[in-house]
Amino acid sequence: MSPEFLYTIEVILNGLMAGIMYSLVALGFVLIFKASGIFNYAQGVMALFAALTLVGFQSGQIPFSHLINVMFGTEYHHWGEGMNNFLAIVLTILVMIAFAWLVEKLVLKHLVNQAPIILFMATIGLAFFMEGFGDLMWGANIKTLDVGIPSGGSFWWEDVTRTWATEGSEYYGMYIDVLDVWATGIAVALVIVLMLFSQFTKTGRALRAVADDHQAALTVGISLRTIWVIVWSIAGIVALVAGIMWGSKSGVQFSLSLIALKALPVLILGGFTSIPGAIIGGLIIGVGEKLFEFWVGPLIGGATENWFAYVLALFFLMFRPQGLFGEKIIERV
Amino acid sequence: MKHTKLAAAAVAMAMTLGANTASADLVFPSLDYRTGPYAPNGIPFADGYSDYFTLLNERDGGIGGVPARVLPCETGYNTEKGVECYESTKGEGALVYQPLSTGITYQLIPKATADGIPVHSMGYGRTSAANGKVFSHIFNYPGTYWDAASIIVKHIADQEGGDLKDKTIALVYHNSAYGKEPIRTLEELAKKHGYNLTLLAVDHPGQEQKSQWLQIRRERPDYVLMWGWGVMNQVAIQEAANIRYPMDHFIGVWWSASENDVLPAGDAANGYKAVAFHGVGSGFGVYDDLKKHVVDTGKAAGDGSNLGTVLYNRGMYAAMLASEAARTAQEIHGTADITPAMMRDGMEALNLTEARMAELGLANFGPEVSVDCANHGGPGLGAIQQWDAAAGTWSLITEFTGADRDVVDALIAEDSAAFAAENNITPRDCGA
Repeated sequence: MSPEFLYTIEVILNGLMAGIMYSLVALGFVLIFKASGIFNYAQGVMALFAALTLVGFQSGQIPFSHLINVMFGTEYHHWGEGMNNFLAIVLTILVMIAFAWLVEKLVLKHLVNQAPIILFMATIGLAFFMEGFGDLMWGANIKTLDVGIPSGGSFWWEDVTRTWATEGSEYYGMYIDVLDVWATGIAVALVIVLMLFSQFTKTGRALRAVADDHQAALTVGISLRTIWVIVWSIAGIVALVAGIMWGSKSGVQFSLSLIALKALPVLILGGFTSIPGAIIGGLIIGVGEKLFEFWVGPLIGGATENWFAYVLALFFLMFRPQGLFGEKIIERV
Repeated sequence: MKHTKLAAAAVAMAMTLGANTASADLVFPSLDYRTGPYAPNGIPFADGYSDYFTLLNERDGGIGGVPARVLPCETGYNTEKGVECYESTKGEGALVYQPLSTGITYQLIPKATADGIPVHSMGYGRTSAANGKVFSHIFNYPGTYWDAASIIVKHIADQEGGDLKDKTIALVYHNSAYGKEPIRTLEELAKKHGYNLTLLAVDHPGQEQKSQWLQIRRERPDYVLMWGWGVMNQVAIQEAANIRYPMDHFIGVWWSASENDVLPAGDAANGYKAVAFHGVGSGFGVYDDLKKHVVDTGKAAGDGSNLGTVLYNRGMYAAMLASEAARTAQEIHGTADITPAMMRDGMEALNLTEARMAELGLANFGPEVSVDCANHGGPGLGAIQQWDAAAGTWSLITEFTGADRDVVDALIAEDSAAFAAENNITPRDCGA
C-alpha cells in the first residue's frame, strides 16, 4: 500500500478514537436529557470536578486547605501519602452521588414543572458554582493524573503496519495512542453496562419509563425525584470516566471543563436522547474533522477542527433536525 | 443646555484629574487571572508581582519612601474583562498597567495612550510597540516575540553548525493574535537562512491536537517551535512525547516554558527547551528577603509554594522593573509622589545595570536593561533554558544572546510605520 493511503487510514483511526473521547463527554449530556429533558450545561464542569476530586484523594490533599490555612493560620496541605487508585475512584464515585443528591435537593426539586429554559439556566449557574467550588476545594494548580492507564504511541502497531507499506517507501508505521485504545475499550464497556442496566434492572426500566413519559411514570408510582438522583449519579460517574481520560492527557486543570464544547456537535448530530447516537455521532464528528483537517486544513491555514465539527453537525441538522438517532418531536394542537 | 455642558466639562475635568493626580500611594494595578482555564499560569505571576511590592513596603518602606499599592483586578484572561479592569482602576492613580495578555494589550494601546498611562507588556503584546517613536506609552522591554523567534532560530543554527539550508522548522501556534506574532519574523528568517517553515495552528484552548502532531510525525520537521499558552502547552508536550519527537529539538517561547507545561508529561518531557529573558530557580539573594519579610510573616499573596518557579520569577521581575522605573521617575522629577506621566518618563529612561541588579539581590538574574525614547523594547536578549525531568528543574544552557537586529528592526520599523499611518500618528523626534 502507498504511504499516502496508509496516512489516510491513520487519520481515520485516530479520528475514530478522538470521536470516542468526545462521546464520553456527550454520554453524560444524553443520560440527563433523556431522563429529565434538561440540557445539563454543567456536564463539562462535572468532569473537571470529578477529576479534581480523584486526584485530591489520590494525593492525600486536604479539601479547602487554602481556606482553612487562611482562616486559622495553619499550614495543613496533605493528610498523608494519599490512597490507592481503586479506593480513590470509589470515594470519588461516592462524592459524585452525594453531589447528585444535593443537586436534586437544592436545585431541581424547586424547579419541578418549570420550563426547560429555566432548568437550563439553573445548570449554567450550577456550572459556575461548581467551578468556583472546585477551585476553593482543591486549588487551581495543574495536577498530574495517573490511574495506571498506559499512554503513548504503540510500538507493536507501528511495527505491524510498517510492513504494509510498498517496499522501498519511506514509511514509519501507523500511529495510535495506547491511551485512546483504552478509552475506546472503556467507552464500549460503559455503553454495554448502561444498556444492560436500563434493559434488565427494575431501576433501569423506571428510568426508561420516566424518559418515555413523565406523567405516566408518576401515575404508576415511580418517584421522579429518586430517578433524577440516580440519573445525575450515573452522569457523574460518566463524567468521572471522561475526566480521567482527558485529564490523563493534559493533566487535571480548569480548561478540562471546556471539553463540553467538543460534545455539542456530537449531540446535535447523534441526537440528545440516544446513547448509541452519542457514540455514532462522536465517531462521525471525530473522523469528519480529522479528515477535513488532513485534506483541506493545509490549504486554508489549518485549525479547522473546532468549526468544522459544528458545520458537519449543522449539515446533518438540515436533514434530520432531531439528530441521527434522536426522537422525532411531534407537537399536536 | 449651557448648564449641562458646564456640568459635563466639570465631570470630564474631575475624571482627568482623578486619572493623573498623585495619590498617597504608588498604585500598580495587577490585571491578573486567578480563575478560569489559564489560572495555573496567572496565579504564580500575580503572586510574584504582588510579593515583590510587599517586600519593598516591608523592607524599604516603599519606593522612595512612598508605599506601593498593588490593585488586583481579575480578568480571567478575557479581553473584555481586562478592558473593564483598566477602566475601573485607572482613576485610582494607576501608574502602569501590566495586562498579561496580548489581546488585552492590543485593546489598551489606544486607550492608555489617550489617557496618558503607560503599559508594560513585558515580553508580549504588539511587538512593534518596541518603536517608542510611534508608541509613546507602550513598552515591551526587555524583549519581544520577534526577538524570541530570532534567538530560537539562532540557537538552532548553532546546533546545526550554522547551516539551516533545506532544514524544516514547524511552528505549532495558538490560533490567536498572540500565537501568530512570530510568523512574519520566522518567514523573513526562512528567506535569509533557507529553511522551510511549516505552520500548524491550534485552536483555543488546545485540548485536542492530534491532527497537528500526526502531521509532524508524517513530515518529520527538524525542529518544532511552540507559541502556546495554558493547556495547549501541556498537551503539545505530551503529544510530542507520544510520537517520540526528540525533546531537545522542541523549543517553546517564554510563555511555553513553565513547570506547569512540562510536569504533566513526566519523564517524557525531559530535554524540552524554551527561550527565556530572565534567570530560573530561586538561587538569588532576593529570595532570602522574600522569605524573611513576606512569606514568613504571612504577607505573601499565595501560600509561598510558587517561589522560584518560572512564572513567579517573571511576575517578580515585572514588579522589579516597574519599581525601578518608578524610582527613576522620582529621580527625574524630584518628587516621590509621581504621576502616570512621570512614570512614563521613568520607564523611558530606565537603565538597569548589573551592579543595580546585584544590589537588589538579583545578580545575574537577567541582562542589563536600558530603554530610551526610540527603543521601548529593551536589549532584546534571550537565553535557552532546558528542562531536567529527573531533577524537576530548568537550567539555562546558553548565555544571553541578541536577536538578528537586521531582520527584527526592519520588521518593527515596517509594522510601526503602518500603525502610525493607520492612526494618523506623527512619530516623535527622538534625536539621532
